[in-house]
Amino acid sequence: MATIDTPNAPVLNRKRLTTAQWLTVLFLLVFTLIYMIPFLGAILTAFRTMDDISLNGFWSIPGELTLRNFPEAVQRAGVSRFLLNSFIITIPALTGTIFLSSLSAYALARYKFAGNKFLYFMYVAGTMLPFQILLLPVFLLSNNICVQEAYELGQFVLNVPFVDAKVCLYNSYLGVIMIHIAFQMGFCTFVLRNFMRSIPGEIMDAARIDGSSEWGIYWRIVMPLTLPGIAAVSTLEFTWIFNDYIWALILLSDGRKFPVTQGLSGLQGQFTTDWPLITAGALVATLPTLIVFFALQRYFIGGLTLGSVK
Amino acid sequence: MAIAQKEPLSVADAPVKVNKQKTNWTPYYFLGPPLFIYLIWIIGPVFYTFYLSLTDWDGISPRAEFIGLENFQKLFGSIGSVLPSAFEYSLYNNLVWLLVFITVPTAIGLGLAILLNQGLPGERMFKVGIFLPQVLSFAVIALIWSWVYNPRAGILNELLLIFGWPEDNLPGWLADKELAIWSVIFAAAWRQIGYIMILYVAGLKNVPPTLMEAAEVDGANAWQRFWRITFPLLTPVTTIVIVISIIDSLRSFDLVQIMTRGGPANSTSVLANLMYIQAFNNYKFGLGAATAVVLFAISLVFIIVYLWRVMQDELEF
Repeated sequence: MATIDTPNAPVLNRKRLTTAQWLTVLFLLVFTLIYMIPFLGAILTAFRTMDDISLNGFWSIPGELTLRNFPEAVQRAGVSRFLLNSFIITIPALTGTIFLSSLSAYALARYKFAGNKFLYFMYVAGTMLPFQILLLPVFLLSNNICVQEAYELGQFVLNVPFVDAKVCLYNSYLGVIMIHIAFQMGFCTFVLRNFMRSIPGEIMDAARIDGSSEWGIYWRIVMPLTLPGIAAVSTLEFTWIFNDYIWALILLSDGRKFPVTQGLSGLQGQFTTDWPLITAGALVATLPTLIVFFALQRYFIGGLTLGSVK
Repeated sequence: MAIAQKEPLSVADAPVKVNKQKTNWTPYYFLGPPLFIYLIWIIGPVFYTFYLSLTDWDGISPRAEFIGLENFQKLFGSIGSVLPSAFEYSLYNNLVWLLVFITVPTAIGLGLAILLNQGLPGERMFKVGIFLPQVLSFAVIALIWSWVYNPRAGILNELLLIFGWPEDNLPGWLADKELAIWSVIFAAAWRQIGYIMILYVAGLKNVPPTLMEAAEVDGANAWQRFWRITFPLLTPVTTIVIVISIIDSLRSFDLVQIMTRGGPANSTSVLANLMYIQAFNNYKFGLGAATAVVLFAISLVFIIVYLWRVMQDELEF
């Protein structure tokens, strides 16, 4: 599995770097610093006040640094609620995607049957679809999968008078979760199928001979051996689902259910000129994915390269 | 030892399952649940959008009128008028986006990957720094860059002032009709470079160091070694990088939606964004579906290239 390190790069004797190599390091240092200006600038902004910035300019030495913007963003701007919503959507979606993809990946990797290659290519092609081709039908579908009895049920069991007699997938967490599961299944099936193919067939044959059921082979032998692959796609998928913007935009109308991406885009309209507050909110919103990335970097990079280059 | 004795016995006892006549239904049980969801949420909708694109549905009325290719005629007929239509802007912007994406991040990503493949000090830190934007959501990137581009006190214009740019002539960036699309694409490319770099870093592992050493011994300079050895060996990676860049450029929606909503005056409109506005802001479901079909048709060319590449991997087995 690929990592961000380059283990087979020639190991240089650090004491004997040539002038050209020192210049390269210097260049890379300057380049990376310039590259990160927007991000570092946002961090710095989050610790300042807008008065200070508009009075003295962004590039001035900050008159004072403040932590005030963070609690403000979390509480008044509602970033904590948005973050919670993001988790409510991401965790079931991720679990569902991985479980269902592992089922189809197992079937595609381990059985010869009519249509195997066709289904595999269908999943691979699906990973590249532009979302726009799905937006309208998925929107309509979510509006048409409803529970009609919600009204009676609400009155009878919960004694809550519902205004709307129908509860639909539209404007529910489940609606967003379902489209994530379906859309992400293509990529996961692709990666996991290739991973499962690399497991030696003898292990499975031996289990079969010992009387293990097909489900037992999948659950007790193939799945444990696929864990590194699952870890890689899970870290990636967590980030992708967590960072989704468009599906929440299409399928949710109730602001209290918005995930953090959609919540943030609303902040800009609400607090137009308070950039320290907006950047503080953006940074808090980024924390979960940053933590996942730094903690599971190896898997993250591994998943990216597994999915595209072999 | 007991196990060793038992194993051959159980092999002999096991019924031989080579009855080829009978279909083995097991894979279909495993495929059933995921395929069911996939067909309803992904495959079905693709076809349904094609159907919608042939109607004039507004999303509200109970019946949709079948109008054939009228929506497409409307879209393509709008090209070439005195004032460019939103569709014309979108096509043009998608093309610009695509061309920038297949050249700039690819070249910079490859360059960085090569520089960062020599075991220099601090390599890991540089890679993490450049890859970081890839972890941020488009929503966060849109906010960060909106602040960078902010005409009043934003990071960029404040920097220009320091370098002596006349204060009454500062660029409007996202508010400027000419500059806006370039500003958005720049932010998108900023996110893309780290991804491309990582793909090339992985690809460079397949370039054997011995080959480079041999070439060096034979007197090939760094430039020759790159063009004659490294680059040709990276061809499979480059194919994937280009396809991914094209698909990503065609998918661009979030940045435009959050940073400019296609404005000012449609100048940053892209197909993905135009489709959303037609369908969900103007309730022209038929026209929106037609725009989605156009976008899909363009993507399909590259999806096929990608599938072809995956198919070649399959044949290697």
